[in-house]
Amino acid sequence: MSMQGVKNEEKILLSKEEQARVRERSLKLLGEMIKPVKNRLFISLALVVTSQALRVSGPWLIAKTIDDALPAAQAGDLNPLYWTVGGYVTTSILAGFTIAYFLRFAARVSQDIMFGLRKRLFRHTQRLSVEFHETYTSGRVIARQTSDLDSIKELIDSGGSEMISGILFMLFTAIALVTLDATSFLIMLVSFIPLFFLTRWFQKNTRISYRKTRVASAKLIVHFVESMTGIRAVKAFRKEKRNEETYKGLVEDYRSVNAKVIQLFGIYDPGLIMIGNITVAFVLLWGGLRVMEGDLGIGVLISCILYARSFYEPMENLAMFYNSYQSANSALEKISGVLEEEPSVPEATNPTPLAERKGHIQFKTVQFAYSNGKVVLPVFNMDIPAGQTIALVGTTGAGKSTLAKLIGRFYDPSSGTVELDGVDLRDLSDDDLRKAVVMVTQEAYLFSGTVAENISLGKPEATREEIENSAKAVGAHEFILSLPDGYDTDVNKRGGRVSSGQRQLISFARAFIADPTVLILDEATSSLDIPSERMVQNGLQTLLAGRTAIIIAHRLSTVSIADRVVVMEHGQIIEDDKPAVLIAGTGKFAKMHKSWRDSLV
Amino acid sequence: MKKLGTVRTLLRIFPYAKKALPRIVLGTIAAISGHMFALAIPGYLRSLFDTLENNTTFETLLFAVFAVLGMGLLEAVMVLLRRWLVLTPGTHVEAGLRRTLYAKLQDLEVAFHDKWPSGQLLSRASSDLSMIRRWLSFGLVLLVANLFTIVVGFTILFSYSWLLATVFFVVMSPLWVLGFRFEKEYHVTARMSQDQAGDLATSVEESVHGIRVIKSFGRGSFMTEKFARDALKLRGTELNKAKMVANLWFYFSTIPSIATAIYLPLGVWQIVEGNMTIGLLLSFILTTRLLHWPIDSLGFLLSMTIDARSAVERFFEVIDTKVDITDPATPKNIAEPKGRLVFENVHFKYADAPKEQKDLIDGVDLIIEPGESVALIGITGSGKTSLTALATRLYEVTGGSIKLDGVDIRDLSREELRAHIAMAFEDSTLFSDTIRNNVLLGRPESTEAELAQALDIAQAGFAYDLPDGLDTKIGEEGLSLSGGQRQRIALARAVAAQPAVLVLDDPLSALDVDTEAMVEDALRTVLKATTALIVAHRPSTVQLADKVALLQDGKITAFGKHSDLLASNDHYRYVISSLDAAGKMIEVNN
Repeated sequence: MSMQGVKNEEKILLSKEEQARVRERSLKLLGEMIKPVKNRLFISLALVVTSQALRVSGPWLIAKTIDDALPAAQAGDLNPLYWTVGGYVTTSILAGFTIAYFLRFAARVSQDIMFGLRKRLFRHTQRLSVEFHETYTSGRVIARQTSDLDSIKELIDSGGSEMISGILFMLFTAIALVTLDATSFLIMLVSFIPLFFLTRWFQKNTRISYRKTRVASAKLIVHFVESMTGIRAVKAFRKEKRNEETYKGLVEDYRSVNAKVIQLFGIYDPGLIMIGNITVAFVLLWGGLRVMEGDLGIGVLISCILYARSFYEPMENLAMFYNSYQSANSALEKISGVLEEEPSVPEATNPTPLAERKGHIQFKTVQFAYSNGKVVLPVFNMDIPAGQTIALVGTTGAGKSTLAKLIGRFYDPSSGTVELDGVDLRDLSDDDLRKAVVMVTQEAYLFSGTVAENISLGKPEATREEIENSAKAVGAHEFILSLPDGYDTDVNKRGGRVSSGQRQLISFARAFIADPTVLILDEATSSLDIPSERMVQNGLQTLLAGRTAIIIAHRLSTVSIADRVVVMEHGQIIEDDKPAVLIAGTGKFAKMHKSWRDSLV
Repeated sequence: MKKLGTVRTLLRIFPYAKKALPRIVLGTIAAISGHMFALAIPGYLRSLFDTLENNTTFETLLFAVFAVLGMGLLEAVMVLLRRWLVLTPGTHVEAGLRRTLYAKLQDLEVAFHDKWPSGQLLSRASSDLSMIRRWLSFGLVLLVANLFTIVVGFTILFSYSWLLATVFFVVMSPLWVLGFRFEKEYHVTARMSQDQAGDLATSVEESVHGIRVIKSFGRGSFMTEKFARDALKLRGTELNKAKMVANLWFYFSTIPSIATAIYLPLGVWQIVEGNMTIGLLLSFILTTRLLHWPIDSLGFLLSMTIDARSAVERFFEVIDTKVDITDPATPKNIAEPKGRLVFENVHFKYADAPKEQKDLIDGVDLIIEPGESVALIGITGSGKTSLTALATRLYEVTGGSIKLDGVDIRDLSREELRAHIAMAFEDSTLFSDTIRNNVLLGRPESTEAELAQALDIAQAGFAYDLPDGLDTKIGEEGLSLSGGQRQRIALARAVAAQPAVLVLDDPLSALDVDTEAMVEDALRTVLKATTALIVAHRPSTVQLADKVALLQDGKITAFGKHSDLLASNDHYRYVISSLDAAGKMIEVNN
């Protein structure tokens, strides 16, 4: 399917088939969003029905006042006047109350929908596999979760209540007009014809334009986020001017598509007013003629005019609603696309429980190729007994990181199985897998929050003592204490202050506290200085006792703590033995080790 | 920061809307005219209503019908005119503000970006600015036009009947008080909701950028719950806002109706007494009905204005920030850079570090002669990266000076300084662009041969094998490349800039032993001619350099040849050496 998931999401002109498909999935999403708040939606509907009926009764009561109460008053009977005026006050206050309550109720409904959608989208993007994130780029994920959600919010925030109350108001106005004077209603019916064509025109033109705005807006966000996250490189390489040029172009693209949309609305809206006003003139002509003949009360005429005029009032709001609907619709198209993406690494539906965590890992005829067809691992077999520490060695691109990612289940093998204690990783619950296997990579990302919070990400329920112990174990305790607020230092505020080596230490502490059965270290010490690395390795000795560990490191110092060295090249194992045996031999590793040893001082 | 009131805050946006102002003013006039045409309708009907039931001529009716039709058409034309006049300029203002904000953010120093979560910046650049646009081209215009219309409407009402108009006016007056009270309360909540939305955007960004960490610890649901808590907070604030708006709406829609209910029997009584004609009362009713919408909408326009105020405030929070690292008024030039880099008693301390803490860089003196390369050594957190960042003024020294070829770097324009000094960062940020453009970032005018040479030096030949070769677009942050590949591209980028001074921050950390050796060999030829400052953790990297500087406690405590320092300096040995005195590896002890 050409519009499956996020594929082709920047396409503007869709074929009929694609259009239908995209519409179906956004409507489905809309339905799912509304479902949990259905009951409350009905209550607010009831509130709005009441309020609009009350509102519409106003002109009718005025007609009564003029045609009935006034002559009666002139004849000395004030009772009808009391009734109409009393009715007017009561209906106004009731209408005010019901509208106010409706607004609050509608806000509840819309906020609940937004909250649900926000959470769902967030959770879903978290579930999506690393492969998705690597190709979709973070900026677009962010755009989906910020500006696209904003435009949906705009729709259900104001738009939803506007639409319901608007339609009902028009409906009741029509009913009131029919009961007051049916022929005036006929005039209004005729005015529906130009209304229909105008709306068709508007609808057709805006759909495409709105799709363009969503795409343009996402590009704007992608560029913005990238230049702000990469600000150091931007400055160092004097990219500011060029960035400004690029951004200027993107801003202008967004502006012009946006202006196009607004202009369309700028024609639609006065068009509505014109149709409404012409209708009023005809109602006046037709009504006036009959009042002259004595067929119609003047009070009824004025009510008809009021009705005819106010009939089109909500049309403007409806058009606005339609406006935000179109905008939200394009956003829904995109969001439903993301939600449709299946994690390429799906969680097991019927997970096999991990009876006993030992840490025995097996690769059984594993093949791995990226979705673009690039083969990284051609048929691969390996057995890592529980408790063994192995060092993976080889040139860049040999497939070491892929191996690590397969064990950490960032990816699934294209064929064959990776097993932990005899269970296919694909059959493990995510919870079991993550408790058992933890991976520390070179890129030591810190989240905003304190140092302690960042460490306890490995074990959210950890006590302060546990946090400090894990920091001590990897040799991070001293530098953390030297930070302005120690463990409570906010890394976001002083994020630039934590050097990348220190960041790696924190992420080590994070892994330490998680206490996994299998620990994967992918270049996790690359930014550490030699004393720190030595400290970490000291810590590792304790940490790795009784655990399985896969260590990828270019610095062969790691080898000193490994039970076994596996040398890889082009996705295959070329050497595999105890470190001492390999070093004593004449193979690739012996050479590597020698040149590394020579570089040491 | 001093807090300005709503009006004064909003006024600050006008200098940015100068070009659009004439059309906004004209648009407001059009809006007013539209309303005036509508308000004129009851006047035309008055005499018709007076005579209609008794003995009117067909001509009178026809005249009234055409008047209504004409006024109605004119009203529509005015609305068309208003929208045409105001909307396009509004989008230009928005685009201009967006570019201003972006340029300012790029101008602001790195220290600013350290402090500000980028989600907060993003929400300022997106939803806040479109809020301002909507207010300028819609809210402001209608607010002015509606207020004007209300004033004119009341004048007309008073001309119809003093008694009825006074009653109507008095009953309506509490709306003023309510409006002002609302403005005060709503502002706080509106601001809170915008800030919370910014926080939410930050959470989203982090959850995406840190996806690998979250995944490898299986903290997806943990993060989701945290996010949900924040989203719930925002929901609460939004509900508060809705409650305030609903209350305001109640008063703004009910009070005019009650006013009508009070003057209506008075009007009837006046007619009974013979003080008023029926046509007059009907016109009065029609006019008040026409005023309903302008009055009703004041509530909503008021909340919109306050939302816009917070958006303007948030915009100026960035714009008002002083750029601490700026170009000098009359920048000096270095015509032929030789690359003599001198640190003189350089002090540096992060602005938000506690006062009592001593300087991170505490009096560094270092001279790097042209063509010389110096390795900078020190333990993790000793300030090596900070020191390199000072050389290109990503941060500013807090004491002492850095000179390039005898010129204080603060006397050069940032543009020139950074053309002379190129950096490779340890986190090797790449941009979502082609390999070619990433490598040529510092020197777009390079020839194909120079590009090839840079790639060759960095051992980044793998780039030719990518699907589109050097024209392959790499993902944002270059994520589809491995760490080692990214590092080599970043290194090629620094080399391709052909600077007088190369600053390399641990440039080979992610490379394997073999590749590292090849890069080193190739780099040596470049370093022969180029001044270089190289942050190093490994002896192998140190050997690239002619000399070594040891950074310890914020000072350069040793400077000299690697072999000399190794023999004479204990701390140096501690930092760089993995071997004990006998040349045996220091065993990891339990």
